[in-house]
Amino acid sequence: MVEFTLPKNSKITEGKTWPHAEKAGEETAFRIYRWNPDDGQNPRVDTYYVDRNDCGPMVLDALIWIKNNIDPTLTFRRSCREGVCGSCAMNIDGTNTLACTKAIDDSKAPVKIYPLPHQPVVKDLVPDLKNFYAQYASIEPWLHTTTATPEKEWKQSHEDRAKLDGMYECILCACCSTSCPSYWWNSDRYLGPAALLQANRWVQDSRDEATGERLDNLEDPFRLYRCHTILNCSKACPKGLNPAKEIAQLKKAMVDRQL
Amino acid sequence: MAVNGNGKANGGPAVNGRAYPIEDHSYDVIVVGAGGSGLRAVVGCSEAGLRTACITKVFPTRSHTVAAQGGIAAALGNMGEDDWRWHMYDTVKGADWLGDQDSIEYMCRNAPAAVYELEHWGLPFSRREEDGKIYQRPFGGMTTHYGKGTAQRTCAAADRTGHAMLHTMYGQALKHAAEFYIEYFAIDLIMDDEGRCRGVVALNMDDGTIHRFTANMVILATGGYGRAYFSCTSAHICTGDGGGMMLRAGLPLQDMEFVQFHPTGIYPAGCLITEGSRGEGGYLTNSEGERFMERYAPSAKDLASRDVVSRAMTMEIREGRGVGKDKDHIYLHLDHLDPKVLAERLPGISETARIFAGVDVTREPIPVLPTVHYNMGGIATNYHGEAVTLKNGNPDTVIPGLMALGEAGCVSVHGANRLGSNSLIDLVVFGRAAALRCAEILTPGETQPDLPKDSADFALARLDKFRNASGGTPTAQLRLNMQRVMQNNCAVFRTGEVLDEGQKLIHDVYDSMPDLKVSDRSLIWNSDLIETLELDNLIAQAVVTMESAKNRTESRGGHAREDYPERDDKNWMKHTLAWMDEKGKVKIDYRPVHTYTLTNDVSYIEPKARVY
Repeated sequence: MVEFTLPKNSKITEGKTWPHAEKAGEETAFRIYRWNPDDGQNPRVDTYYVDRNDCGPMVLDALIWIKNNIDPTLTFRRSCREGVCGSCAMNIDGTNTLACTKAIDDSKAPVKIYPLPHQPVVKDLVPDLKNFYAQYASIEPWLHTTTATPEKEWKQSHEDRAKLDGMYECILCACCSTSCPSYWWNSDRYLGPAALLQANRWVQDSRDEATGERLDNLEDPFRLYRCHTILNCSKACPKGLNPAKEIAQLKKAMVDRQL
Repeated sequence: MAVNGNGKANGGPAVNGRAYPIEDHSYDVIVVGAGGSGLRAVVGCSEAGLRTACITKVFPTRSHTVAAQGGIAAALGNMGEDDWRWHMYDTVKGADWLGDQDSIEYMCRNAPAAVYELEHWGLPFSRREEDGKIYQRPFGGMTTHYGKGTAQRTCAAADRTGHAMLHTMYGQALKHAAEFYIEYFAIDLIMDDEGRCRGVVALNMDDGTIHRFTANMVILATGGYGRAYFSCTSAHICTGDGGGMMLRAGLPLQDMEFVQFHPTGIYPAGCLITEGSRGEGGYLTNSEGERFMERYAPSAKDLASRDVVSRAMTMEIREGRGVGKDKDHIYLHLDHLDPKVLAERLPGISETARIFAGVDVTREPIPVLPTVHYNMGGIATNYHGEAVTLKNGNPDTVIPGLMALGEAGCVSVHGANRLGSNSLIDLVVFGRAAALRCAEILTPGETQPDLPKDSADFALARLDKFRNASGGTPTAQLRLNMQRVMQNNCAVFRTGEVLDEGQKLIHDVYDSMPDLKVSDRSLIWNSDLIETLELDNLIAQAVVTMESAKNRTESRGGHAREDYPERDDKNWMKHTLAWMDEKGKVKIDYRPVHTYTLTNDVSYIEPKARVY
């Protein structure tokens, strides 16, 4: 049964406005989604004021500044802080991106921060990505070969290697998949742009010898074909990749093998 | 308490009047950490039929290996003649003769096979135009013919080698259906009365449940503790959790005074710019536009080893030739390189420089500064990865049931200074070696003796203490104090005076730990609590680092004492071992450097002056 309104306990309420820091210089306001499964309360949006003279330039710097100086209970994932690990993916000003490479000045104050959309929330800005990871595992992200392994490396021409550019750089941050309306609706059966980009990464690898099986694995009304070329994925990717193009390539490969 | 199958909750012991129910798990091997070395060990142990589980505080591809850029060293000889013996010579010299030469031989001779294995698993290495073989680039300190020529030995996937490697190895772990416990934070080791490691106790961050893992082998692959410093290239998660567990278990850490400063961290953000940028032709200049490395290392110039370049940069800044408004950093030039080369081989750092320094590398230099990057020190091991300690006069006594790998370990191939691109090869070679050793000495499904009754108490008491910490100092504040002390008093150049002050200051921080305040009382994703447990790991290693640095009165590799500017082989060609008690008192002893090789294929490389 389709639900057109949020259940009562999911309605977001106005949260706390936290005090300004002492002796703060120039300030920027942040409106941040909070939810703690322990306290039985509805989700809320808290307001914080970040002292820009004491804080780095990125949104992640601001989150860390808030956690260090105002509210240690604010919860979010972070690791590399330079855009390669994919931990701090979240929705900032309505767009999924990495907090660590998103400049505060590129946002209009107040900066609005929510967890990645349409994933179960564990706490505050931490989404549960188990389904996303399981989908990644389902495309078997490793090299399949049947030919005897050579003593040294498999040879791969410069041109063949270049086919992997634009795919192998994916950091599994889930910004693309969680920005896709088709994925929001059918994430139980549609693999979503990240997993499909990864699928194509192996289909296109000149060393891989399981292209047929890989495509068979996607031949399904949902797994691949729920992509309706909305292209939110390509717009969202913080690494500048183009998952929609890779999905198109997969669809084309499906057609090509019928001919 | 008997171990009765996986995932069954027991009524746990009461700690401070509060009960923490415990779920028990039993495996043949437990790997803590899912970076490069941890994943390689997981894959190897799984392949050997051992029941293996990997506990990791972040999803595997978020581990810090993902940030490695430049490449992985192996004498493949794809770009010209090469020999693993030359790689060995370079590593010994890079290590300033503090490396164990049996381990170094093991690494260098097994390096090519390890790289081919990664390639067979699908790692998207950059390729040579000519023949489709793996592309290799020059890197600091890597030479041919024992220092005479420049080697092209570092295999790369553009400048995202660590990322490509970590994702490839996670794929292999999936292929082998390895069991992962993701976002589980390891609290402490379980040690029995005979000094055998029996398992670990971990906190499931997702729901706050406590898990006791028992195994016949625990492999610590927990990474370095770069976050003990204020400015580092390390990820936020690099808090040396394995080292903290060791010290609390009354076990020593080795060579902790050797902290590597990478010459090119972006000023001021600290993000890494790979040494591969200099490998591809980049160079450093001071405020006079001079390529000053020519004065410090006439032969290797900008490709001298990292400690040498970092010291040279620091000297230039000290002497007033730094660049920028405050004359406090240096320029790295890539603007003379062909934009096509930059786009193909250095795309990642081009992006990083744009985002974090606002620099277009095709037009402008990147502002850089030596930044804490790597811990040569760690858990002493032999070349099988087995943790060792000094016991009853035997410096190579194996600690049963315990191994350590990667940056958490100290095998010691990097000695007093690691060469660039030697860390990734260290991860896979010794990750594999540990798995082979496990396969050799363990039997799949072997029964485990009953645990001591109070096996989880130590870990739970610590958890409970911090969970309810209600002093006056927030974790972030104490962490900042620690980071400032380490940054100011244990930096590129050290003197007795500065270290004496540092010793006092770092103990002051340590002594403030009982005054910590944790605000988040929840058990679900309590990152305030996790950061506090991490701080506890960091501060212990910070204290040990400072004490070990103060103690070593010579200059060697990454440890540069201005009051003792020479290397002193007579008194100091030995590994520092440091223990710490719960009061923060440090005890120091030594292990001899292994001055022998593994086989007769190569002879011991005698110490000589280290000139680049």
